[in-house]
Amino acid sequence: MWKWLHPYAKTENAYALCNTLLPWFWAGTCAFLSVGIVWGLVFAPQDYQQFESVRIIYIHVPSAMLSMGAYVAMAVAALVGIVWQWRTAFMTMIAIAPVGAVVTFVALFTGAAWGKPMWGTWWIWDARLTSELILLFLYIGIIALYGVFDDKQQAGKAAGVMALVGVVNVPIIHYSVVWWNTLHQGASISKVDKPDVADPMLWPLLICIIGFSFFIAAVSTVRLKSEIVRREMHRPWVQKLAHNNGVTTDAV
Amino acid sequence: MSAFYTGVFKRDLTLAFRQKAELLQPLMFLVLVVSLFPIGVGPAPEILQVIGPGVIWVAAILSSLMGMERLFRDDFHDGSLEQLMLSGMNLNLVVAVKIFVHWLVSAVPLLILSPLLAMFLHMTFDMYIALLMTLLLGTPLISMVGAIAVGLTVGVNRGGVLLALLLIPVFIPLLIFATSAVDSAALQLPYLSQLAIIAAMLLLAVAFSPFAITYSLKVSQN
Repeated sequence: MWKWLHPYAKTENAYALCNTLLPWFWAGTCAFLSVGIVWGLVFAPQDYQQFESVRIIYIHVPSAMLSMGAYVAMAVAALVGIVWQWRTAFMTMIAIAPVGAVVTFVALFTGAAWGKPMWGTWWIWDARLTSELILLFLYIGIIALYGVFDDKQQAGKAAGVMALVGVVNVPIIHYSVVWWNTLHQGASISKVDKPDVADPMLWPLLICIIGFSFFIAAVSTVRLKSEIVRREMHRPWVQKLAHNNGVTTDAV
Repeated sequence: MSAFYTGVFKRDLTLAFRQKAELLQPLMFLVLVVSLFPIGVGPAPEILQVIGPGVIWVAAILSSLMGMERLFRDDFHDGSLEQLMLSGMNLNLVVAVKIFVHWLVSAVPLLILSPLLAMFLHMTFDMYIALLMTLLLGTPLISMVGAIAVGLTVGVNRGGVLLALLLIPVFIPLLIFATSAVDSAALQLPYLSQLAIIAAMLLLAVAFSPFAITYSLKVSQN
């Protein structure tokens, strides 16, 4: 069933796959993000209570969702790497990590900027906010752990173990608004039956979420490509690639 | 077969007691950190009582981080860890024994000291009982989860700060439930649910951490 995946354990094939996917990711980013952001920030109605500041939702919700999504993706890559000993899986993991950290920071920052007019405070030690902050620390810890090893395969394994340990935090973030009575509101759009967000706001929001997903996928893919090239500098196919692009690998 | 594991147990215990300074320093640190708070925030008993559970738990986590490195460091550097790996015995069990010894020599003194700390911070008897229960369930969890990160950083020079960076976020959920249990006890409310969650985390760690630690030691040993 998973046999089609096996060739991508080889860096050359993974690099080719990145090249195939990347234009689609960028196209998706441009299409969805431009429509979603313009719709959300300019044309969507303002809230009767929150006025214009409700528009932060079009950045905040996608980045918060994807901060967790990126973590899960990273943990899956780590698991694949540990179980099947794929080097490309560890490269994927470390390609996603800084992207996820930045997205988590964006979620926290926009949340703070939204909290100031709505709750009257930049920060509150609420369960949702605290667990999202832990997520940022986990990302930073994983990046730091990866950085201290000279042997990057060993670094990948070590950071992978830590990424898997941190997975326990993801359900805590997701259910924090359910388990604790928090200042942060409950889930508004992930309910299956009828979302709490009105249609004129829901549609641009969903488009923004899709656009953000494409954007994160695109940035992670670019990072994965450069990670592969950096690690495989000595391989003939990389040297040939560099030669075709008019770059001499001796200089690097 | 079992003589092997008792051998590991006795050896680790003997080694721990021969390095008394390393054993006592984290405890001294714990007492010092706790006694800094009455000086820092003022000696008013009602304030100390409110912040008490949090202070003791934070100090316990920080002091455990200081002593944690000892867990595999010497064995790693003198090569005995490698010999244990090559011995053909079940490494998961060896690791479990080592963690048990580490818990005995680092957490049990903490438990013995805990009445003193509770008294320093004017905690009531109910609060102390709750604190003791959370420490009883929480300290093995700290040792087991901490050992994963120790295993990963054992080969790294000066991994101490990195160890703290990795572990503190992971311990935050434990801190939340433990202090919330003691706070409930202060208000005469039931706190069994918080204890149950800590116990659940502990059971999960008992089931999975030996495998994770073994793997991380193999990564470090490369």
